[in-house]
Amino acid sequence: MGRGPRFSFNQVFSAVLWGSALIVLLALGGLILLMGHGGWQAFVTFGPGFLVSAVWNPVTNQYGALAPLLGTVLSTLIAVCIAVPMAFGTAFWLTAIAPRRLAGGLSTAVQLLAAVPSIIFGMWGFFLIVPFMARVIQPFLNHHFDHVPVLKALLCGPPFGSGLMTTGLVLAVMIAPFITAVMCDVFEAVPPMLKESAYGLGATRWEVMRYVVAPWSRSGMIGAVVLGMGRALGETMAVTFVIGNVTAIGWSLFVPRTTVASLIALQFPESPAGSLRLSSLMALGFILMALSCLSLILARYLRRQRA
Amino acid sequence: MARRQRCNQLATVLSAGSGVVLVLVLLSILWTLLSRGLPGLSLATFLHPMGPPGSGGGLGNAILGSIIQTGLAMLIAAPLGMCCGMYLAEFDGSGNRFATTVRFVADILMSVPSILVGLFIYQLLVAPFGHFSGFAGAVALAVLAVPLVIRTTEDMLRLVPVAMREAGAALGAPRWRVIVSLCLRAARGGITTGLLLALARMGGETAPLLFTSLGNQGWSLDLDKPMASLPLAIYQYAGASYEDWVQLAWTGALLITVGVLMINIVVRLSSRR
Repeated sequence: MGRGPRFSFNQVFSAVLWGSALIVLLALGGLILLMGHGGWQAFVTFGPGFLVSAVWNPVTNQYGALAPLLGTVLSTLIAVCIAVPMAFGTAFWLTAIAPRRLAGGLSTAVQLLAAVPSIIFGMWGFFLIVPFMARVIQPFLNHHFDHVPVLKALLCGPPFGSGLMTTGLVLAVMIAPFITAVMCDVFEAVPPMLKESAYGLGATRWEVMRYVVAPWSRSGMIGAVVLGMGRALGETMAVTFVIGNVTAIGWSLFVPRTTVASLIALQFPESPAGSLRLSSLMALGFILMALSCLSLILARYLRRQRA
Repeated sequence: MARRQRCNQLATVLSAGSGVVLVLVLLSILWTLLSRGLPGLSLATFLHPMGPPGSGGGLGNAILGSIIQTGLAMLIAAPLGMCCGMYLAEFDGSGNRFATTVRFVADILMSVPSILVGLFIYQLLVAPFGHFSGFAGAVALAVLAVPLVIRTTEDMLRLVPVAMREAGAALGAPRWRVIVSLCLRAARGGITTGLLLALARMGGETAPLLFTSLGNQGWSLDLDKPMASLPLAIYQYAGASYEDWVQLAWTGALLITVGVLMINIVVRLSSRR
């Protein structure tokens, strides 16, 4: 057991660990660089107009990012608006109201739902939700709200069943379990003494939630919501199945649209290497990357602010 | 008083309702998978490769391809992620900018849309070589798994008491020995859990494989060639208008979901004990 080799192995070991950390750093650097490099041609050709142009025409080789970007942002917004109240309610119920044994089983079920692969949600949406929207929801809405001025614009369109609303629903179902799981953890972390004293003052369960638990865990909840939003932003397979994939913009939530991720997934195989079309897809990917990084940084910032 | 009680009741009903809706969705998905996937399940599903519609094809090559690619991805991601996690947990002195950056980068990598990872590996390993390959698919999956492994390794190592490290150091063990033989051993259970969950996540990923391993209709063990995988087969078959293809898509979906859920349930049961 000489002293020398042992010492050097220690150094080799820490060098290996340091190197692996460096590889992870380089992976993200490479990701950003290669996406930017791939999209360079499109950025140079179209300039800033790329962001605001609604044209996506492979025939005339004209590409703009507005339609897929709007689709991504709107479907994510719809998903978040549906998923957040649902997740909050479920987490509230599981942590404060449901009987202990039932809550254990149900929270496992919710966590399992979060583990289901996204392509399964895609198939489920495609074979169940899309026909349901087309045959039940859309005719119902069209029949009852046809004469209301603003709603009419949001609801119009032939009953295909696919569109932003359907996508938002499926995405909401996908991210709600995830947000619920994180919120449950956050709620459980509230010191029991705070809750007990509020109960001692005669507060109802809802009041304890509203005035003690929620303010205490606000930063964690915001983090959960933003992380869920990030998932919805980049979700590909589930969206590709249910959004209908038409690059157009308009008011209706019930006609086929597209998102950045689904456009990339569908058009990539048809885009020859080195073409302007491929470059435009890469540029879209770069923008999506920026969006998802921004949402993560926002989540961290908010968490640090209120912690 | 009555108003407060009503508020409470309303909140209770609404929150119980949202919980019930979520569980109903899970049941609906499971029921759909079972009722549409089970009828197509036979020995041929596992033994026959995919084939043209009406040829009695199965999913054998896709299942094998999935196993090969996730296995290889695990072989890449596990050592890399564990080394990086060890670095973050053990070598992060006060004010270590590098470690802080790496931790942040791992967080970003964890939330990068998986389809972008596919584009990245396409640019890195497919475009320069001029052909799609199973290896590229495995690397793409590994990129998705690494941040998960890093996170669990670091978290688990941080749970190991400092006293244990001090005891090791007091016995004269070098640092690497303390980390590998004491800390890593103590954190073994949690790290295995993380690895299994990463495996489950990779098994269902589709988007990153679209541009890297592309998919393949026949048997192939060659990592340098396009390779089939279960999620890609589902994606290809689900939208088709041939009945037997749609049936195979459902069967494949059932297989994947059962696999992923089994891993999750096993992990949960074993970590509860």
